[in-house]
Amino acid sequence: MDQGESIPELKVTPDRYLPHRYAGASGDFNPIHIDKEFATDVGLPSNILHGLYSMAQVARANVAAAGGDPRSLRRLSVQFRGMGLPEQEILVTGTVAEVDGDRVVVDTRAEQGGKPIIKNAQAELSSPGAPASGAPDGA
Amino acid sequence: MPVDTSAKGKTFPSHEYEVGKEKIREYAEAVGEDNPVYFEREAAHAAGFRDVPAPPVFAVVYSRGALVQALFDPEVGIDFSMLVHGGQEFVWGETVCVGDTITTTIEVKDIYEKGGMGFYVFESVSSNQEGQEVVRGTWSNIVRGG
Repeated sequence: MDQGESIPELKVTPDRYLPHRYAGASGDFNPIHIDKEFATDVGLPSNILHGLYSMAQVARANVAAAGGDPRSLRRLSVQFRGMGLPEQEILVTGTVAEVDGDRVVVDTRAEQGGKPIIKNAQAELSSPGAPASGAPDGA
Repeated sequence: MPVDTSAKGKTFPSHEYEVGKEKIREYAEAVGEDNPVYFEREAAHAAGFRDVPAPPVFAVVYSRGALVQALFDPEVGIDFSMLVHGGQEFVWGETVCVGDTITTTIEVKDIYEKGGMGFYVFESVSSNQEGQEVVRGTWSNIVRGG
């Protein structure tokens, strides 16, 4: 990957029941994510996506950009902005900000309908061929 | 309302989590992973993993037991009705695989007030049964109205 290069876009549309499945998978049952009535009562437009679900989409886009090996992703920091909604497409885009030997830094963002839901995300990837930390000893 | 910063530096008992294959499947399906290494042991072995690996952000699952201690601690005093997850960072080390026992500790790294809002920053450190660090997490929470 070269500096200034865009990473392949990731597009995903979480369905209406995704927040419920993610709640079960993650253990986060905050009602703002799974109860539309509760969410609208506290002033939200609808039940909203878990921020960490959206972060997982940013992670997926970066792992895919690195060739698909999850061991490539060394660090990921994100800032959550606005709110993600079910049944709307999430678009993850990124640009290579820095290349330093084995280390590649990708500036990434996630948006829905042009509005950011994750901004200032920075992923640090190890370039293909770097030692894989999960490999068995002696492999 | 001024933010009470007295819990800064507070630590909590460590939390243990045993990583299971079907929990990884459930999480991987929920976040839309389709790499067979997360679902099939043969694919994981072929890719050089000790066993089925956890997707990177599965860190939220095994860290959660430690995290909730800080989130719900009365001394930390977070008002849940006003809580927003502001930011998150993970720095990964050794890969987490099925069969690992992950121990996570959490510390209240910082509490401060800015623009009438309370900022609560927690740092978690997770290690596997060999004592190798698997992830370091920084959890930034914002409480509106301080």
